[in-house]
Amino acid sequence: MTDETALLDCRNVWKLYGAHADMVLRENPAPDGAYLKSLGVIGAVRGVDVQIRQGEIFVIMGLSGSGKSTLVRCLSRLIEPTAGTIQFEGMDLLGASDAELIEIRRKKMGMVFQQFALLPHLTVLENAAFPLDVQGVDRKTREARAREVIELVGLQGRESYYPRQLSGGQQQRVGIARSLVVEPDLWFLDEPFSALDPLIRREMQDEFLRLQNMLKKTIVFITHDFDEAIRLADRIAVMKDGAIEQVATPEELVLNPATDYVAEFTRHVARAKVIRAGTIMAPLAAEAFAGEVAHDAPIERIADAVEAAGTPFRVMKGGVAVGQIDGRAVVDVLTGRG
Amino acid sequence: MMRRWMNWHAGFWAALFAVTWALSAYSFPLYKALDARWIIRFPKKWELPTEDWISTFLDWLVDQAHFYLFSFRDMTRALAALIEAPYQFLRDLLIEGFQRGLGDEAVALAPSLSWIAIVVIAMTIAHAAGAWRLALLTGACFLYLAIFGQWDSAMVTLASVLIAVPLGAIGGLLLGIAAYRHPLLDKMLRPVLDLMQTVPVFAYLVPVLILFGFGPVAALVATVIYAMPPMVRVTILALRGVPEEIAEAGRMVGCTERQMMWKVLVPSAKSALMVGVNQVIMLTLNMVIIASMIGAGGLGFDVLASLRRLDIGGGIEAGLAIVVMAIALDRVSQGFATRGLVEPRHGSLIARHPGVSLALAVTLITLILGKFIPAIQSYPEALTLTTGPFWTDAMEWINVNFFDAFEAIKLVVLQGLLLPVKKFFGGIPWAWGIIATGLFAWKLAGVRMGLLAALFMAFIAASGLWGKAMVTIYLCGVSVFLATLIGIPLGVWAAENPRAERIILGLMDTLQTLPSFVYLIPVVMLFRVGDFSAMIAVVLYALAPAVRYAAFGLREVPSHLVEAGRMAGCTPRQILWRIKMPLATPQMLLGLNQTIMLALSMLVITALVGTRDLGQEVYIALTKANAGAGIVAGLSVAFIAIIADRVVNAAARHQRERLGI
Repeated sequence: MTDETALLDCRNVWKLYGAHADMVLRENPAPDGAYLKSLGVIGAVRGVDVQIRQGEIFVIMGLSGSGKSTLVRCLSRLIEPTAGTIQFEGMDLLGASDAELIEIRRKKMGMVFQQFALLPHLTVLENAAFPLDVQGVDRKTREARAREVIELVGLQGRESYYPRQLSGGQQQRVGIARSLVVEPDLWFLDEPFSALDPLIRREMQDEFLRLQNMLKKTIVFITHDFDEAIRLADRIAVMKDGAIEQVATPEELVLNPATDYVAEFTRHVARAKVIRAGTIMAPLAAEAFAGEVAHDAPIERIADAVEAAGTPFRVMKGGVAVGQIDGRAVVDVLTGRG
Repeated sequence: MMRRWMNWHAGFWAALFAVTWALSAYSFPLYKALDARWIIRFPKKWELPTEDWISTFLDWLVDQAHFYLFSFRDMTRALAALIEAPYQFLRDLLIEGFQRGLGDEAVALAPSLSWIAIVVIAMTIAHAAGAWRLALLTGACFLYLAIFGQWDSAMVTLASVLIAVPLGAIGGLLLGIAAYRHPLLDKMLRPVLDLMQTVPVFAYLVPVLILFGFGPVAALVATVIYAMPPMVRVTILALRGVPEEIAEAGRMVGCTERQMMWKVLVPSAKSALMVGVNQVIMLTLNMVIIASMIGAGGLGFDVLASLRRLDIGGGIEAGLAIVVMAIALDRVSQGFATRGLVEPRHGSLIARHPGVSLALAVTLITLILGKFIPAIQSYPEALTLTTGPFWTDAMEWINVNFFDAFEAIKLVVLQGLLLPVKKFFGGIPWAWGIIATGLFAWKLAGVRMGLLAALFMAFIAASGLWGKAMVTIYLCGVSVFLATLIGIPLGVWAAENPRAERIILGLMDTLQTLPSFVYLIPVVMLFRVGDFSAMIAVVLYALAPAVRYAAFGLREVPSHLVEAGRMAGCTPRQILWRIKMPLATPQMLLGLNQTIMLALSMLVITALVGTRDLGQEVYIALTKANAGAGIVAGLSVAFIAIIADRVVNAAARHQRERLGI
């Protein structure tokens, strides 16, 4: 069961709120929702198993009250889980002492918050340098490093502004800069774009993908927006009532939802954005091809070309043709047939 | 169902009132008929010797208590010396000048700051807090003090304020932080803070007087104790009010406990904390004035002395100086609280700190010039104006021309309102009073509060203070009733009319910044001593919250509800009475609560104008330095305040729940 590539490995994690919450699990290690309710205990996180692999964007998706924010706070130990184990880089995170925890957070973790959580009395530069200030890094070094990350997020020229002088999107860029200044191994983003206008949100998602292409961090990203999850995720965990319904790639979620709840979510997703050429290709059969497409190209991107051509396209994987795709298959996806 | 519920409530109140009224009206005949004196008087032999216990304890503390190496008296002396030194330094700096040696052999080392330098420094600080307008206002206030001959007293008062404010603010901040970190301490501190806010100011003075002796140090200690509790509260609230995410951000970057507090939480809560500092400043000024009774000197002493001499002009002059100083201190500290972050300046040292440079330059220049030209060192006496005779004449004129009118008003209010109410409360037999208070509190705030209220009233009776407590309750009740009667319409007017709002709320702001002492001056001049004068002073002092909360409550009514009313065809009057007023009642009840608290605190001070209530008991204890009597009477006032506070708050909560807000 152990996953060698998991940077963060969390097993059977529970967070219960209410009187004698810790006693409940001792008597019944796997209580269901109804049982907890009868005791007056709230199961904010219930028996969660997730493995976050090196270098992936792992999105935890759920509606408000589904426990996703509590879960990410358990993963970062901002909240003490009631039960379970969490291993970070092979080390027992829940067993870490306060001093060890401070050290881990200073060097290896970064977090971005929904409401930005910038310190109102510090400038953009000081906010970005704050994690280094806390570590006792001297002013010159930390400000030089802070300038680098500020440039990375495109805020150069605003170093001496205070947070209240910036727009929401700009404030979150500062939040991102602050979380990156220590070059964390594990990057938590708790609904980072939910407080922003839809247009800005989209711009920030692009910005985020651009950064991730450069930095290749391991990311835990929380969102309540399924479209955002699909756009950004390598894998998605769908949460409901504190438990995980399904963990899968966006494509799997759409094609094979594990529960009715997940199906309900995926029903209205634009499938062409999720489904990739390799998934719907047919075996190689035609003699003439109009061109080639990559096996992991979303249908949305290749639809026009494939549909316009008279003959199928070859689907390529690693330089080898693995199948073919024609206009009809593309139209099926676009119209939701089959 | 609803009807029956209403009937049961109305019935309960009617019955409670009827029984109380009957017992009040017939307690005397009843006592005569049964020959049972205990009905109207609490039996002497049942009285608790609480007073003696406290007095004995304090005597023991002062005379005998030892902590291994040093005695309690050593400790108070050390503490006194610790406060005395910086206080004396400030006095030297502001007025007296630095000297070495005593009496005739004193050698002047350096003069005090010149009056010009002090005015410029005050203006510089005001400019840093706000803008030129604030600087000009502050300059005008200080110039007023110089021109009208109040300078020396004002500087003594200022020296006390400057010592007490940092002690109160920093002490309150540290205690608040400790309480924020340790929930147990928070739990222990809470009732203490509640009590300290409701115990009348005089009651603080008595034990402090005994422990520290008569003089400015005792006054400063009392002032710090009095001004600190709100800072503790504000600190706890401000720290709790820091958004959870900011605290989490601090933890995620790996802050230690100490870094968390000083780099994240305290700076984030800065503007809320500054509100607390403003409160500390205003309370300090208030108390420094009152503490002139135990030797604080300064403007408060001038007022007190004039009141005793019935020197009308002098009293008004000193009172106005206090008003001027209160306004300057309040506006400047509020300026600091609301000021945003300042953009850093660039350039040379002088360019970066123009204000400090200017103030330093003026100080130096006046220091040198002052040696040769005395008028620069201290404001020339020949140029002072005195308004004393003017005020005396004005008062005389008013008294001559309006005496009959004032007397008529006084008589009508006394006979129509004060005396009947006094008779009603005064007649209630103590035993029934305890039960009735319990029932009253039980009905509004639950069983526990009912029992507690009965217990509190029993304590008052058992301390032999029943009669005086009833006078306090009657005066407080009448004053609060009148303050509400005047205040709520003013609040409604302010909420409905923006022009009126600016004027009324501005006036209330100013009224609230005035030290309570000041209210006594005009009242005594116009109406002389007695319950009526006390009532007027209390009504004036307690008016502000009634107005403010009413205006606030009305303005907070959601606009969509008002729009819904307008679309349903309500007239403006219907909108006010059917929509806004009911929704604003919880806020108005909170205002009522504040009004009661202010009224009680003012009522104690009106003992100076001759009321015969618990306040007088505390005042007498103060003049006799009888700590036990002072504390017991002070606690009695606090208990009445706590009962009123809990009951009104519970009523406001019920109302909110019923409205679903």
